[in-house]
Amino acid sequence: MSSSTSSLEARHRQLGLTDDEYARILDRLGRTPGDVELAMLSLMWSEHCGYKHSRRLLRRLPTEGRHLLLGPGENAGAVDVGDGLAVAFKVESHNHPSAVEPFQGAATGVGGILRDVFAVGARPIAVLDSLRFGEPLDSPRSRYLLERAVAGIGHYGNSIGVPTVGGEIYFEQSYEQNCLINAMCLGLAPHERLIRSAAAGPGNVVVLLGALTGRDGIGGASVLASAELGEGDEAKRPSVQIGDPFTEKKLLECCLELLDRELLVSLQDLGAAGLTSAASEMAASGGVGITLDLCQIPLREVDMEPFEIMVSESQERMLCVARPECVGELLAVCERWEVLATTIGGVTDGDALQVLHRGSVVADLPVSVLIDDCPLYDLRPEPPSSELYSPPEAVLGGGESPAETLLALLRSPNLASRRPVFEQYDPIVQSRTVRRPDEADAAVLALPDGSAIAVSIDGNGRRVACDPRRGAAEAVYECAANLACVGAEPLGLTNCLNFGNPEKPHVAWQLTEAVEGLAEACEALGVPVVGGNVSLYNEAPSGPIFPTPVVGMVGRLPDATRAGRLGFAAEGDAIALVGAFEPSAAGSELSKLRGYAPVGELPIVDAQTLRSAHAAVRSGIRSGALRSAHDIAEGGVAVALAECCIAGGLGASVRLPDGLDPFAEAPGRAFIVAGPPAALEGFAVIGQVGGDTLAIAGLLEVDVSELTSARERGLAEWV
Amino acid sequence: MKFGIVRFPGSCDDIDALQAATRVGEAVLLWHADHDLQGVDAVIVPGGFSYGDYLRAGAIARFAPVMAQVEEFAREGGLVLGICNGFQVLCEAHLLPGALLPNVSLKFVFRQVELEIVRADTPFTRARIPGAPTPRLSIPVKHTTGRFYAPEDELDRLEAAGQVLLRYAPGHNPNGSLRDIAGVCNELGNVFGLMPHPEHAVDPLSGSTDGLTIFDSMRAHVEQHVLA
Repeated sequence: MSSSTSSLEARHRQLGLTDDEYARILDRLGRTPGDVELAMLSLMWSEHCGYKHSRRLLRRLPTEGRHLLLGPGENAGAVDVGDGLAVAFKVESHNHPSAVEPFQGAATGVGGILRDVFAVGARPIAVLDSLRFGEPLDSPRSRYLLERAVAGIGHYGNSIGVPTVGGEIYFEQSYEQNCLINAMCLGLAPHERLIRSAAAGPGNVVVLLGALTGRDGIGGASVLASAELGEGDEAKRPSVQIGDPFTEKKLLECCLELLDRELLVSLQDLGAAGLTSAASEMAASGGVGITLDLCQIPLREVDMEPFEIMVSESQERMLCVARPECVGELLAVCERWEVLATTIGGVTDGDALQVLHRGSVVADLPVSVLIDDCPLYDLRPEPPSSELYSPPEAVLGGGESPAETLLALLRSPNLASRRPVFEQYDPIVQSRTVRRPDEADAAVLALPDGSAIAVSIDGNGRRVACDPRRGAAEAVYECAANLACVGAEPLGLTNCLNFGNPEKPHVAWQLTEAVEGLAEACEALGVPVVGGNVSLYNEAPSGPIFPTPVVGMVGRLPDATRAGRLGFAAEGDAIALVGAFEPSAAGSELSKLRGYAPVGELPIVDAQTLRSAHAAVRSGIRSGALRSAHDIAEGGVAVALAECCIAGGLGASVRLPDGLDPFAEAPGRAFIVAGPPAALEGFAVIGQVGGDTLAIAGLLEVDVSELTSARERGLAEWV
Repeated sequence: MKFGIVRFPGSCDDIDALQAATRVGEAVLLWHADHDLQGVDAVIVPGGFSYGDYLRAGAIARFAPVMAQVEEFAREGGLVLGICNGFQVLCEAHLLPGALLPNVSLKFVFRQVELEIVRADTPFTRARIPGAPTPRLSIPVKHTTGRFYAPEDELDRLEAAGQVLLRYAPGHNPNGSLRDIAGVCNELGNVFGLMPHPEHAVDPLSGSTDGLTIFDSMRAHVEQHVLA
């Protein structure tokens, strides 16, 4: 701790700490922090690790539920799925790295979320991705980002043997500079194998598992390196991490075997802020101290500075705590899996995170200062006084026929078939996948007892831009509707809040309103939030991204063989419309194609009506009365009907209720279902399955082959 | 009837193959570093990304200690099935002819494809009755490096010798494989490699059970010729 006070005062600003925050550090420590300490504090007090602009707000989200096993605060949340099994899951963003280097950014986004899930002892069994890019047709950069991000996701997920079972992609101008890459992972574990991250037992040993520690991904601290500590080229290393799925595959199998043999006291992945964050969080949740000796850490490059070692974000590393008598066996298991394992420190009494380097103490910080003393800020929300987002370029003039409009919607980048993307992912490895992409509204994975879990991920930034509270709630409702379509009941959800700069009052307002909307929807459905992630400052000079809360929901269905499908299944089946439905044109895909800005009130939801509609669909699928179910979302009822025809390869003729706008939207409330006419008594039947065309009385009649080709060509022409 | 499924670091479809084989017999995992085949009656080299596909798909796995035993087992006439990465490994080990090159698209491709059984009288395809009305199998593919290649004269020789056992049905070739070849065997007929994943088509829940043809055939062959 040799640096002078004056140089440090200059440095705290370079590290992103405000003068007030630095004063707070001096006050809490009662002394000036050393170089390494300041680097550690700047990361732990960053928005990314400390959630300082969102933590108070997130307390609004309900986190209690009868199926909940692990809630927010752990590496991943977990719910009970019966038969002694738990499903752990979480969604996380990797937006900023992906905007710089989409392949590695997206790949390591997947790698990171996988580690979060096996850190709680669960075997990763599925990945889903939620992606946002600028307008593809105008922007070569957006097409490049899409192509490379998809390749990166496939590279990591396919190679590590975890199926990518679903996801969503939207293209909007507001994401041109700030693409969004959110990855969700689900894992499966027997209840007794779930493990927490809390370090415990002074005298126990801290072991680092996995890859070498290098200079990659020295995020916020790269600023530090470019200041006074580092010199020359090291300061200009790229800050995006590089992924190695092969190393992570061995690390994953090794960690699960260590847990099966009951050799670990706790386990934690190394993500943002590397060792600093992992060790502080393990110590804080266990109420103990940790001492680390940096000289023990296997390095990729010689002569790394202590602060670099402490903040390195090198991938494929885990930190674990073990009892001393277990270390021999632990190291033997690691050797068999060809996983590097090194004892790097120990658990201590007290509250100190102490870091040693070549015999001297380079950091000695109370864990409470690193974690609990991170300042929390109240937002200053104010509704925007003018429109935040400019209108998109009009693709349709408004004079088109309903048939032309429907085909234009099916061809549009947001609604076209995702086949060119999902064909680059392995959705079936591990042999659990019962419903693949395009077969149903949610992915379905079979469990050993014959039941299944279902999962869906959703978020519609344009609608949240119109109305943050109702738009965010719709993401929850639509996920639940997707689950209902396969016969599943929601157990829990995870969310990733992607927003602009929260220090700006209108973004603070979007964030506050959206969290309120999420909370209201969770309460209405009785679904707890098991954990999540926040990504702020997604902002370009032209303004913030659309406020984009992404919701990932997990549910359960009792019988995997009865999982629903979305496509019409049999000629002569009756088609019914389920759910009260007062859709609006505001925020719809058609409004976008017609060049309208995302403004206007979204339709309200009556929670009781919505729950009944979901329950009716769910029980119809479970009993086998319904042969298909599909929720009415983007593009309205006309697009939903077209999608049912395309997926089933069958036509349909229907008459819509009077006054129902075929292209207006109110996602999550209503469904198109089909089944034998006798089974649909009690439903509002609107037509029947059959023929080679989709005919909507008084509106349009189009060949199913033409619908299919419009939807298939949409992305395929440029992906 | 006991299957052994090789597990390399980076194998992904090893447990899938184990579960599929368990539907028709016993099955055990064979660790890459062991020299012991545990007395199995047939070996499956499964799919995945052994050794991260570093250097070249299958190029490192071929030198794993267990492969020496697999090669000896194959020389003695034992049944060896290579699926996807396993096919690549067996080609690298020269137990099978030809090579697997990157897909024409240069991208990973997942797709349910239709396959035509070229010969239904082999240890790997016999469970399908010859001359049955639909000698087609619906089985998924998933790979980046699956384009079967051999020089033209070698392809002629393979076809003449009856070593081509499976072809992608017209319009179903997902990777640009020459002559639509999806699976080939060695001259003796006891080593077979294919890019499609029969272990992912054994359960009605997954949409097709056509992959069982391969495992059933192997059991029938072993029961008739080895265990009898």
